[in-house]
Amino acid sequence: MADHKPGFFTRWFCSTNHKDIGTLYIIFSICAGLIGGGISVMMRLELQEPGLQFIAPGSEHIWNVWITAHGLIMIFFVVMPGLIGGFGNWFIPLMIGAPDMAFPRLNNISFWLLVPAVGLLVGSMFVDGGPGNGAGTGWTIYPPLSDKTGGHTGISVDMAIFALHLAGASSILGAANFITTILNMRAPGMTLHKMPLFIWAMLVTSFLLVLAVPVLGGAITMLLTDRNFDTAFFRPEGGGDPILFQHLFWFFGHPEVYIMILPAFGIISQIVSTFSKKPVFGYIPMAYAMVAIGFVGFIVWAHHMFTSGIAVNTRAYFTAATLIIAIPTGVKIFSWIATMWGGSITFKTPMLWALGFIFLFTVGGVTGVVLANGGMDVPLHDTYYVIAHFHNVLSLGAVFGLFAGFYYWIGKMSGRQYPEWMGQVHFWTTFIGVNILFFPQHFLGLAGMPRRYPDYPDEYAGWNEIASYGAYITFAATVFFIFIAFYTLFFGKKVKGNYWNVEEQTMTLEWTLSSPPPYHQFETQPNMK
Amino acid sequence: MLKITALLSSFILPFLFSNSVFAQHSKPYQMGLMEPATPVAERLIEFHNMLMYLITFIVLFVMGLMIYVFIRFNAKANPVPSKTTHNTPLEIVWTLIPTLILLAIAFPSFKLLYYMDRIAEPEMTLKVTGYQWYWGYEYPDHDGLSFDSRMIPDEEIDTSKGQLRNLSTDNVVVLPIDTDIQILVTAADVIHALAVPAFGIKTDAVPGRLTETWVRITKPGTYYGQCSELCGSRHAYMPIEVKAVPKEEFEAWLIEAKKNN
Repeated sequence: MADHKPGFFTRWFCSTNHKDIGTLYIIFSICAGLIGGGISVMMRLELQEPGLQFIAPGSEHIWNVWITAHGLIMIFFVVMPGLIGGFGNWFIPLMIGAPDMAFPRLNNISFWLLVPAVGLLVGSMFVDGGPGNGAGTGWTIYPPLSDKTGGHTGISVDMAIFALHLAGASSILGAANFITTILNMRAPGMTLHKMPLFIWAMLVTSFLLVLAVPVLGGAITMLLTDRNFDTAFFRPEGGGDPILFQHLFWFFGHPEVYIMILPAFGIISQIVSTFSKKPVFGYIPMAYAMVAIGFVGFIVWAHHMFTSGIAVNTRAYFTAATLIIAIPTGVKIFSWIATMWGGSITFKTPMLWALGFIFLFTVGGVTGVVLANGGMDVPLHDTYYVIAHFHNVLSLGAVFGLFAGFYYWIGKMSGRQYPEWMGQVHFWTTFIGVNILFFPQHFLGLAGMPRRYPDYPDEYAGWNEIASYGAYITFAATVFFIFIAFYTLFFGKKVKGNYWNVEEQTMTLEWTLSSPPPYHQFETQPNMK
Repeated sequence: MLKITALLSSFILPFLFSNSVFAQHSKPYQMGLMEPATPVAERLIEFHNMLMYLITFIVLFVMGLMIYVFIRFNAKANPVPSKTTHNTPLEIVWTLIPTLILLAIAFPSFKLLYYMDRIAEPEMTLKVTGYQWYWGYEYPDHDGLSFDSRMIPDEEIDTSKGQLRNLSTDNVVVLPIDTDIQILVTAADVIHALAVPAFGIKTDAVPGRLTETWVRITKPGTYYGQCSELCGSRHAYMPIEVKAVPKEEFEAWLIEAKKNN
C-alpha cells in the first residue's frame, strides 16, 4: 500500500501530497510564463521600430496594460510559484527527510488561491480601467495614477488589487507552512547547520515572505479604500501623501526581489556542488550570506525612490546600505567558483544553466552597484538601464534558476530524463537570445531612453531593433522548451534514483529515493546522526 | 550591412565614453551617457567612468576565474576532485577586498550626491508643473511669466527647422547660461518626472509636494528630456525642450515672451 494513489480528481484537485502540489505549481508557472512571455514578445514587436506599429494612436493605454500585466504575471505567477511553490514543495520534505509538509491542506489552499488570482489579473486586462480596458499603472501601481483621481476610474485596478491580495495570501500561507516544516520536521541528526543550502534558501525566503507581503497587503488595501470609500491615505487633496505608498510598496518590493532570487541561489548551490563532485565551499558563510542578504534587503527600500524628493541624508543612508549588499553577494559568487576550483566538472544542462546564472548574475550585480549610488541613479532612474539591470538578475537570474532546477530534477520528479542535446540547445539559444535582448538596453538607458514608452525618439532605434531580435530568439527557445518538456514526459528515458551519480560527500536525501519517489517517500525515517 | 558595420565599430570603440561628439540629444547606437551641459552632468560622467572601470574589471575577473576553472578542473583534466571546503584566509580576503572597493565608491558617491542636491543661493527660479500630458513652466522672478508646453504631433514635425519627433515642443523653455537656476517641480494630477539627461537632472513631480533641483548650464544649445515617471496613456508624449542662451539674449526673450503672455 506504500504507493497507493487517490483517484484523478482527488489526487489533483483535493491534493494534500507535497509532490503533487509541487507539480501543480510547476505546471501553473509554465502556463503563466507563456502568457507573461507572450506579452513581452508583443512589447518587443512594438518597440522594434520607432513610432506606433501595432497600437492604434490614441489607445496607448494598452501599452501600459501590457507592461503592468507582464511585470505582475512574471513575478507573482511565474517566478514565485515556480521556484518557491514548485521546487520548494517538491524538495523541502524530500531533502530534510520528512514524509510531507507540516500542513498539507494549507498547502493545497495556498496553490488554489493562485488560480483565481491569475484569473482576476488576466481578467483585469479585459474590463474597463478608465482610459481604456485594463490597468495601466505599471506593476508598482503608484497612486494617484492608480487612483480614480489619476484616471483609473474603472473596475480593472480593483480586480488587479484583489489578484494581489489572493496571491499574497497564497504566499504567506505557503511561507508559514515552509517555516514550520523546515524547523520541525527535519530527520534526526539534520541540524540547521547540516541542512542543504537549498533548504536554507527556502527558509530565508519564507521569512522574507511572511514579513514583507503583509505590508503590500496593507498598502493595496489602503489604495482600495482610497479608490472606493473616499479615504485619503495617498490623496494629497485630503491630506494624504502619494510618497507614503511608495515607501510601503518598496518595503515589500525590495525584499520581493530577494524572495525571487534566494531560491535560485539555493538551486545553484546544489547543482554546482553535484557537477563539481565537491561539497559547497564555505557552507556556513554561504548560508549566512543568504541570511545577511535577507536582512539587509529590508533596509534598502528607498533606493527605488532616489528621485522622489526624499531628503539628501536619507538618500545617503540608502546608498550606503544598498552598497553593503554587494558584500554577501560577492561571497556567494566567489564561493561558487571556489566550489568548482579543484573539482571534477561535467557540463550537463543543469550545470550550464547554473554557470550562465553565475556569470549573468555578476553582470546584473555590478550594474546594481552603479544604481545603488543616489547621485549616479539620477540619470539612470526609470531608464532602460534599470530594465537591463533587473532583467539580468531576474530574467537571467531567477529564470535561469528555474530552468536549472527543472533540468536537474525533472528526472527525479517524472522518472524520465530529458535528451541531453535538447537541453543544451535550449540553453545556448536562450543564453544568446537574452544577451542580445538585454545587453543593448544598458546603452539605451545610458543614452536616456525612459522605460514604459511604446514609442521613442528615432535615435534609439538601433539598439531597440537588436534587442527585439534577441527577444524572438529567446521566445523560440522557450517554445522549444515546451516541446522538450512534453517529449521528456512521454518519451524520456526512464532513470534510476541517483541518475546524476551524486557522490557520498555531496549527497542530499532526494537521491536516495527512486525516480519518481514513492507517493509517501521514505519507508523508514532517514537518520543523519 | 551598414547597420552591422555600425554595430561592430561601436563594440570596438571603448564603450561608455560619450564626450567624443557634441550632441544635445542622443545619437544612433550611442553607448554612453549624454554629452554634459552642466557641472553636475560632467561630474556624473566622471564618476560613471570610474565605476565602469571598476565593474568591467570585476566582470572580467569573474569571467577569467570561470574560464580557468572550466579548463583546469573539468572532468577530463582533473578526474579526482579535491576535498577542500574551507580556506579562512581566502574567505576573509574576498570579504575585505569588496568592502574596500565599496568604500572607494562610497566617498566620491556621497560627495556627488550632496553636490547635486540643491544650490544654496540661486540666481533665479523656474517652477515646473506636470500635467496629464504636458508641462507648465513659470518664471516667478520675472513677473510670473508662465506658459504650457506640449509635444509637437508627428504630422506637424518640420525637420527643416531641426524639429525632432517625440522631443520638440510648441513652447520652448528658455534659460540663461552661466546662471545658478533653482528648479521647483510639482504636479497637478498624477506623478510625473522632469528629466533632462544632458543636465544630469531627474526630479519627480509629485502632487501635493514641491521637489527641488538645480542647473547651471555651461553651453548654449537646445536640450531635450522626456517624462520619466509613468503618468498614463500619453506618458511618452510629454517631452521637455530647453533652449539655453546667453544672458542678454535671455533678457530680450523675456521682454518678447511677456508681451505674448
